[in-house]
Amino acid sequence: MAPPTLRLMVLPLLALLVLALFALSLSVGPSAVSMRLAVGDWLAAGDSTAAVIFAEIRLPRALLGLMVGAVLGLSGAALQGLLRNPLAEPGLIGVSASASLGAVVAFYSGLVNTIPMALPAGGIAGALTAVALLYALAGRDASVLTLILAGTAIGSLAGALTSLALSLSPNPFALTEIVFWMLGSLADRSVEHVTLAAPFMAVGALLLLSTGRALDALSLGEDTARTLGFATGAVAFRIVVGTALAVGAAVAVTGAIGFVGLIVPHLLRPLAENRPSRLLPLSLLGGAALMLAADVAVRLGGPGPELKLGVVTALLGAPFFLALVLRTRRSVA
Amino acid sequence: MSALAARGIALSYGAARVLDGADLELRPGELLGLIGPNGAGKTSLLRVMAGLLKPAAGTLTLGGRTLADLSRRERARAVAYLSQGRDLHWPLTAERLVELGRLPHLGPFSRPGPGDAAAVERALAACDALNFRHRPVTSLSGGERARVLLARALASEPALLLADEPVAGLDPYHQLQVMEVLRARAQAGTGVLVVLHDLALAARFCTRLALFQDGRVAAEGAPGQVLEPGRLGAVYGVEMATAELPGGETLQVPWRRLVRP
Repeated sequence: MAPPTLRLMVLPLLALLVLALFALSLSVGPSAVSMRLAVGDWLAAGDSTAAVIFAEIRLPRALLGLMVGAVLGLSGAALQGLLRNPLAEPGLIGVSASASLGAVVAFYSGLVNTIPMALPAGGIAGALTAVALLYALAGRDASVLTLILAGTAIGSLAGALTSLALSLSPNPFALTEIVFWMLGSLADRSVEHVTLAAPFMAVGALLLLSTGRALDALSLGEDTARTLGFATGAVAFRIVVGTALAVGAAVAVTGAIGFVGLIVPHLLRPLAENRPSRLLPLSLLGGAALMLAADVAVRLGGPGPELKLGVVTALLGAPFFLALVLRTRRSVA
Repeated sequence: MSALAARGIALSYGAARVLDGADLELRPGELLGLIGPNGAGKTSLLRVMAGLLKPAAGTLTLGGRTLADLSRRERARAVAYLSQGRDLHWPLTAERLVELGRLPHLGPFSRPGPGDAAAVERALAACDALNFRHRPVTSLSGGERARVLLARALASEPALLLADEPVAGLDPYHQLQVMEVLRARAQAGTGVLVVLHDLALAARFCTRLALFQDGRVAAEGAPGQVLEPGRLGAVYGVEMATAELPGGETLQVPWRRLVRP
């Protein structure tokens, strides 16, 4: 158990860390740009190369890292609280796979050639379709288990349809491009990506953050939570819709980035005294910090083509998760 | 007066009729024991009274008002429910867990105040759980865990408490301890409804007993009236033996199974 002062300091310390990593993310890139000049010129509405690099390349990338990491961490924490299972993660309800399918459909329909934003818009449409389908299948008063089963089914179907679309691809270049997109990256995203995804992420995050108290009550089980005055069906609905909006929008603009939603809540849980309501804001900040750090690491990763962020989080995340599993096993034994 | 009254409650799981016109009233200040064989519908009635199951027929009133007309929060403040299971999902400390009992009294964004802390303190003290308040609940023994969960239910300081087999799986010492806490609450004015299988505990602690059989109350009244050997034999399908206690009181003890026809 962490001492009380440390516990109180966790939130501000994490916020500071996120700020520092955000600034670092802004200052890292292939072209050497003086941050002071770039920001000064950008604020003065100048159009020097430095200002353009800052406003159109660095800023969208850092903002997306911040936002996507935040919603992945937050939705992971909310889902783990809802399911009372430390292995739950945003991909569980089929949203990531459906968002990918939506993006692939937008890609193959040729819409992306005329409207560049069709790709993320397709991703968001895919995520929303998944939630509509989820509730049509499971019903508004569905038990948590029914929701998860239906979500897994929808996710598998979306994955299969994506594979089908890829295997029927007539054009190897299109195939390469879509596969690279699906690996997940923050590179070459524009301000339009940010503004398209931000409203969905904001609404989703607010829905998720509003469930803290109910998640605390749920740590005593569904029945007890209901007798404490919480409508558990409505809580599940808020979390599923919130995750779909926030993570669907995230996947739509960056591709699938795994492990953040799984690991961040897991790591921070002891610092939140195992309280789900405290874990929500901590995981929001922790997710943002991890994503920004990983994206900085990707850009500093030496010469050659930049590694995909989704690949890096999975490469780092899987061994890390295995270590956690081993530690849990020892403490249980 | 905030008595919780169930009248003519009917409930079915599929084709199986679980409750069949059950009537039961829990009044403030009493320790009402609900006894009866497995499958008689005790837990189902408790869950109906806690608002967890919707009956197919019958009425539920709290202090004369229809229970369904109360808001979730009003109901949660008035009636606490202690479930049978003792599953705990996160290693919260005992104190944090008991604090969850204050949720019905907290606004959506307000933090627990001094009043809440005092209620948590009283509940921990009542359940003799003060000395492990800072330990994670997952590390507690069965007896400690049962006391912490009981403290959680008491922390909301409800008018009525519904407890489903709170002594199941506890050793005699801890069974007596939990029953003493429940009796003290009843004497302090709370109406306590407790599902029990131990007829000796029911006889010793409860102020009133309701014997459940086939989805309805078969007998109700003072323990001495309800725990009548012939009736118990018929309801449980066992032969009862009468044991004499040092003080001259008698106790009904299940002795051997009767062959069911």
